[in-house]
Amino acid sequence: MSDALFSNSWSGFLRPDGRKGIRNLVLVIYTVECAQHVSYAIANGEEDTHVIGFPGCYDNAYAIRLMLALARHPNVGAVLSVGLGCEYTQPGKIADAVRASGRPAEWFFIQQAGGTRTSVAKGKEIVARLREQVRNETPRVPMKLADLTVGCECGGSDGTSGLAGNPAVGAFFDLLVDAGGRAIFEETVEMIGLREHMLARAASLDAKQQLAAAYDKAERYCRSVRQWSVSPGNFAGGLTTIEEKSLGAFAKSGTRPIQGVIRVAEQPRGPGLWILDSVPDEHFMQFGYTNPNDTEGLMDLISAGSQIVLFVTGRGSVIGSPVAPLIKITGNSATFRAMEEDMDFDAGRVLNGKLTLPQAGRELADLILRVAGGEPSKPEALGHREYFIMYKHQETPSLAAGCRA
Amino acid sequence: MKPRAFQIQPQDNVATLIDDSPDGTIELIGANRGVIIATEKIARGHKVALGDIAANEAVVKFGVRIGYATKPITRGAWVHLHNLASDLDDRSGTLDLHSGAPTDTASAYV
Repeated sequence: MSDALFSNSWSGFLRPDGRKGIRNLVLVIYTVECAQHVSYAIANGEEDTHVIGFPGCYDNAYAIRLMLALARHPNVGAVLSVGLGCEYTQPGKIADAVRASGRPAEWFFIQQAGGTRTSVAKGKEIVARLREQVRNETPRVPMKLADLTVGCECGGSDGTSGLAGNPAVGAFFDLLVDAGGRAIFEETVEMIGLREHMLARAASLDAKQQLAAAYDKAERYCRSVRQWSVSPGNFAGGLTTIEEKSLGAFAKSGTRPIQGVIRVAEQPRGPGLWILDSVPDEHFMQFGYTNPNDTEGLMDLISAGSQIVLFVTGRGSVIGSPVAPLIKITGNSATFRAMEEDMDFDAGRVLNGKLTLPQAGRELADLILRVAGGEPSKPEALGHREYFIMYKHQETPSLAAGCRA
Repeated sequence: MKPRAFQIQPQDNVATLIDDSPDGTIELIGANRGVIIATEKIARGHKVALGDIAANEAVVKFGVRIGYATKPITRGAWVHLHNLASDLDDRSGTLDLHSGAPTDTASAYV
């Protein structure tokens, strides 16, 4: 049964670094909040054009690394970077880094181009040119499940997320890992209370040390800011403690060994199952804040090269994501019925006895392959492109480390 | 059809409601099968005690300790913020039992 799944093939987009994308996008990047309106106006109405950026005027190494990881993502073919003209973050340097990856890239300052309308018109002309170029020049390449990197996080969790939604993703992650693909899950602050449970899954001594360090940092962080990753909606939905939420969240990891820990904007160092550590490192400004909402977590998973991201929500959610299509899964059939226009997959059927967990994993794999092959996910079709990043500090020795050559 | 509760691991002393339940009989599915008599109304997604749990005793779900009982819990009772606390997070004990809304930052909303 798995053989057909593993050999299923579709046509993807080959990038100069050898990675394969499932979309061929032009990305518009603003380098300060002041350039945000113009950037969205440029992308408005343009096919296959998404927007990301950074709102701060003062730059931040973490945010730049994250934006560059998105700009050189396998789903991205070309980049237009738009600055106002007086901020620290340099759109020209972003364009240089993107060009060095073999992709076409352009940039301009709004203050040099003119005002809002002039800049929007200039940007639209550049986007049309870049899109034409990547459509004509990007080599097509066959892709299989083994070529996919898929990230998953959960949000708006309720009592069904740990029972059905996350376990269904876990069943899919087992299939993805067995096929030779890369599976990434995050939210180490939602592994609080599970130290030994998690370390027992380490693939190697090295992985165990990485997991222990990431866990201990997450617990220090939560104690120090007195913020645990549970929200009022989680409690109203029936979750009582962070430990309980952690166990439900951890169920998305499936059963395969954990290869190690990657940080934001780092790529998995090989096939298999990986944990993404998005918790800030301790530094002179203390920790700062970890991810304040679901969207930043999704951007982290996409920055790790995920061509598709999965979002498990018991209570329901209406977010999407730029760069990589989001697939929304709920373990709550009532939520699925109430929000069917936004929900891609009803894992609640496992609780109703209509589907076994392995069947749910297999059906989810089929859906993911259809989206990989070009069928838009529901948030993608609805035009959801929520985007959020903020100031954070994480030591990341080498951005290039782990990229597939 | 009776409301159902799902027990994940055999050693769990709580199960999760898949349907809203008035007080009365709940059908237990998952790691163990049987019936449990709910002593109060319990909403979908919330937990029911599968046996008596003494104060300070571990509450176990997924086969793992998820916190401790802050008061004695009887079989069939709703297990939530009023009788179960995290070993780590001291804030969740202050949240509103029904909405989960924080009560310790009320003074900021002036």
